Amino acid sequence: MFEPVLLKNIDVADSHLVSTYEAGGGYQALAKALREYTPDEVIDLVKRSNLRGRGGAGFPTGMKWGFVPKRAGKPTYLCCNADEGEPGTFKDRIITERDPHQLIEGLAVSAYAIGAETAYVYIRGEYVTAIRRLEQAIAEAHAQGYLGKRILGSDFNFAVHIHCGAGAYICGEETAMLESLEGKRAQPRLKPPFPAVAGLYASPTVINNVETLACVPHIVMRGSDWFRGIGPDKSPGPKLYCLSGQVRKPGLYELPMGIPLRELVEEHAGGALPGRKIKAVIPGGVSAPVIPEHGLEVRMDFDSLAAAGSMLGSAGVIVIDDRTCMVKVATRIVEFFHHESCGKCTPCREGLNWVVKVLRRVEGGDGAPGDLDQLEMLCKGIFGNTFCALGDGAAMGLRAALAHFRDEFVAHIEERRCPFH
Amino acid sequence: MTMREKIEEAAARYPDQRSAIMPALLIAQQEHGYLPGPVLEEVADILGIERIWVYELATFYTLFHTEPVGMFHLQLCDNVSCMLCGSEDLLDHLETVLEIRKGDTTPDGLFTLSTVECLGACEMAPVMQVGDDYHAHLDVTRINALLDRLRAIAGAASVERASARVPWE
Repeated sequence: MFEPVLLKNIDVADSHLVSTYEAGGGYQALAKALREYTPDEVIDLVKRSNLRGRGGAGFPTGMKWGFVPKRAGKPTYLCCNADEGEPGTFKDRIITERDPHQLIEGLAVSAYAIGAETAYVYIRGEYVTAIRRLEQAIAEAHAQGYLGKRILGSDFNFAVHIHCGAGAYICGEETAMLESLEGKRAQPRLKPPFPAVAGLYASPTVINNVETLACVPHIVMRGSDWFRGIGPDKSPGPKLYCLSGQVRKPGLYELPMGIPLRELVEEHAGGALPGRKIKAVIPGGVSAPVIPEHGLEVRMDFDSLAAAGSMLGSAGVIVIDDRTCMVKVATRIVEFFHHESCGKCTPCREGLNWVVKVLRRVEGGDGAPGDLDQLEMLCKGIFGNTFCALGDGAAMGLRAALAHFRDEFVAHIEERRCPFH
Repeated sequence: MTMREKIEEAAARYPDQRSAIMPALLIAQQEHGYLPGPVLEEVADILGIERIWVYELATFYTLFHTEPVGMFHLQLCDNVSCMLCGSEDLLDHLETVLEIRKGDTTPDGLFTLSTVECLGACEMAPVMQVGDDYHAHLDVTRINALLDRLRAIAGAASVERASARVPWE
């Protein structure tokens, strides 16, 4: 029987207060880590758990921590990615609003492991409630001795600062986030050097997502075997799935990694709205290629979704039913990426502008017979040719829509109108 | 605390003053309602940094406004999850009842209407942000009730106060 841990507190009264968190066993993992483990032992524990980053890329967290040089002669920084701009995704908002101490404890244990004394939580500026709750939680944690100097009587000193974003999706890309934290336009950096070696202020830096950090105290308390025992061996652990769109019970669900997409949508989220049928599902935020209804047996983990031609990404599951025009969905997705392109590299900046123009023409009934070939050509020119994955996300999403729902694109061009209107 | 004191307090969190530009701009925008040139220059002067660094951030990030906005900035999400739940119809409705187009401000300075990219509240779609607050599960009835509440909050005197806090016009 699966037992939720990440969301266990969120429906408790005053779940955001330190007293509530402590009453549920909070901050015991921090005490245990400081008392029983060296920093290297915490890193080994997380490596053995096979925790993979929950921000989208799925990189092994313990391995990332292990890249931080031991004696760099500079301070090491921990950055929490709470920018959460991927459409369809809202898990980090809910953790930060309703269980901010879980995040703070995760930050403290992680900072202890990598030798950081300062963390910045980069949180999107729209999340006003989450920001206020986190500010309050940081003050409470200081007052209780979980942050500050000589934490819980140890030699570990640690401070957490909030840095508010200002409405740029690209800040979710880790090197663009570092640029933004340094007070520059958020544009991705060329790698290498990787942030673990030269990140914030050219110092060793680890960047982890909110959900990733929230997993850490539970791994410390329950052990790596417990974590690895949930879901598939290569993508283990509990996972937060964000359900939205045309589905009966949208919301945030904590379930094992690797649950079948069909079970997630039809059983947990209640399936299609009355009188409707599911046509397609986007499994991991709008960067993730759409999966048509007949593909819903796929399991929700990094490797299974990659094998199925999509990706887990942020696990932002968007359900689309049979009344919806896929050309319209694809157009809106590419419009998003076009709007959010930081402008650094030409394939993304110029290519997406072109793609949007063609898609709008097709959707509006003014498409030409060669437009679909042109879209394919443009996707080929963008994919793999950009600094970061933003352009790739747009190209992958459009390619999948063209592959699975080509008949709808063709109908728009041949009928010179949207068949859904 | 004065704006300068708030900015200096925020800047103390960073080893490099340039990092404090975004927090400083958020403080300045809270203070003035928007970020005209003289405010951007004041921020640069307080932080002791190049003015162009402040300008480039103020024009890159969408939450910073270099032009005035209405007393209530209606920011309707129209990304995929909200679109699937009817945000297009809500935009049409807002444009009709406010008698403005997306991007415009009502002549009385009360409402600015915008569409924004995902607000990260897709489980409550369609969603609109007004000031610090999210308004969720919107439909035409709820939109109308919200507009009535906002008008009641404003009142003629409040509109005058909102205009008076912007000395740059």
